Amino acid sequence: MTLDEIKKAENIVAAKPRLLNDSTMHYCPGCSHGVVHRLVAEVIEEMGLEHNCIGVAPVGCAVFAYNYIDIDWIEAAHGRAPAVATAAKRLNPARMVFTYQGDGDLAAIGTAEALHACNRGENIVIIFINNGIYGMTGGQMAPTTLLGMKTATCPYGRRADLNGYPLAISPLIAQLDGSCYVTRQAVHTAAAVKKAKKAIRHAFENSMAGRGTSLVEIVGTCNSGWKMTPAQANEWMAEHMLEKYPLGDIKDTTKE
Amino acid sequence: MEEEIRLMKGNEAVAHAAIRYGVDGYFGYPITPQSEILETLEAERPWETTGMVVLQAESEVAAINMVYGGASMGKAVMTSSSSPGISLKQEGISYIAAGELPALIVNCMRGGPGLGTIQPSQSDYFQATKGGGHGDYHLIVLAPATVQEMADFVGLGLDLAFKYRNPVMMLADGVVGQMMEKVVLPPMRPRRTDEEIAEQCPWAVTGNPEGRKPNVLTTLELDSAKMEKNNERFQETYRLIEANEVRYKEFYTDDCDYLMVAFGSVARICQKAMEDAREQGVKVGLIRPVTLWPFPYDAIREAARNAKGVLCVELNAGQMIEDVRLAVGLDIPVKHYGRMGGIVLDPQEILDGFYKEFPEAKKI
Repeated sequence: MTLDEIKKAENIVAAKPRLLNDSTMHYCPGCSHGVVHRLVAEVIEEMGLEHNCIGVAPVGCAVFAYNYIDIDWIEAAHGRAPAVATAAKRLNPARMVFTYQGDGDLAAIGTAEALHACNRGENIVIIFINNGIYGMTGGQMAPTTLLGMKTATCPYGRRADLNGYPLAISPLIAQLDGSCYVTRQAVHTAAAVKKAKKAIRHAFENSMAGRGTSLVEIVGTCNSGWKMTPAQANEWMAEHMLEKYPLGDIKDTTKE
Repeated sequence: MEEEIRLMKGNEAVAHAAIRYGVDGYFGYPITPQSEILETLEAERPWETTGMVVLQAESEVAAINMVYGGASMGKAVMTSSSSPGISLKQEGISYIAAGELPALIVNCMRGGPGLGTIQPSQSDYFQATKGGGHGDYHLIVLAPATVQEMADFVGLGLDLAFKYRNPVMMLADGVVGQMMEKVVLPPMRPRRTDEEIAEQCPWAVTGNPEGRKPNVLTTLELDSAKMEKNNERFQETYRLIEANEVRYKEFYTDDCDYLMVAFGSVARICQKAMEDAREQGVKVGLIRPVTLWPFPYDAIREAARNAKGVLCVELNAGQMIEDVRLAVGLDIPVKHYGRMGGIVLDPQEILDGFYKEFPEAKKI
């Protein structure tokens, strides 16, 4: 097949979504954010929402999400994205509004905002990246850090008696009457990426149909923070993170 | 809705004015002595008439971030609270200022520090006028003295907020918030349409309609040179506000031998004290700053020019007095009289305080 033939529409099996621009990402090679950004951009594009969509960026590595996905964005204060999104959606109910938050942002400082937005059943989507560590600030302990896992603020490994237990957010959110869809996904294999995209699409559809809050947790890697190669990080994640944070739908009221 | 004359509390007037001035969204949290604002809005159900969003948030922190979200969309949004709650909102207020966003924040002050008291106070003057949150920023601060002004300043506050793309604080106190007075409620001003918002606020995050580039509302800038430029732009706005928006009321300042300076409800009590002094043959004048930032330095300097002394009367340990001293300089004595902890002043004790600080006034 010649290059020109490859470029023909019928032969293309994968293309960069138009909404994902050409800016060089600041994410470390091997980081899960790049893949998840792409999935979000694909879903927005495929659903025809690019001119009807507001993203709310967190504080953390994904604060610069607005540099890569060409839609309207509001950058929230640390942990406050669900409150910002609540107002954005209520004041403009026709818009697709989603937050994109890490585990420090959502599971520590922003727990109250996340929980109450979900409990009110705000018609928003929360994309929650759980990599068990604070990436942006240099690898400190997160609420989701596993027991025994070493970080800059638990250099000898997380201990329950000193630091408490890893916090599983999604099952908590699933208990709330306002949430309609809570799922935990990953992007460490091609199959997982496909499933994750399907979940994100389902969440966005729920939001536009006014079904309540959807939360898509993506268990991700932070190979820099974990001090591993990208390949090692994927393996370590599958072995350890997924034991505490198993993948799959936790709640889906649309199927009940 | 036509103009209407009603008898109501200052807090209730804020709620009615919010509906009538076409506010798009109010996000609040209960705290005494301002809960009537949220209660009145919930009772009035404006979402059925004007389409205004009213939401009781899970915390003051969430409420101010909802305001930040709404303001980012070019909507006319507001919140209200009282002192301890306003402390919690400071993070969001700093972000709103940094985002160059229009918003109205009402503080119905109570005595602090800490949980303090639910009784009236003016002890958040420093917080409101000197910063409050982190970073170099200013709020436009309006200090209402009447229930009428609590209604009027909703409209004025929003107009100023949009004119300068800067948050405005209505710094009321428990006295004006809780007392009932006659108030003329304004005729209905319709909420702005999406088209009007797009035209007036081209920066607004509205969902990237076709034909324009994406709008991003961010307060982060890691490049120090660019961040300094941002700060310089903020400062230019503040200089413009200082040049254009100083507001104050003055009474008998033409011939005064002594000048009183007071804001909010205290200024009205001072008015009585001033009149009593004049009946006793002592020429007292009064200036009431209506904007606490920008502060009426020039007006106070001018009024105090021939004065033998200035008395700054506040429901705090002496906060505005620092600005009054800056205005007046060192040649004229500037004294403070105030009460703390939720005690409200009466005219006689102000007069007693005045004679105690300026005993020679009695001999004139």
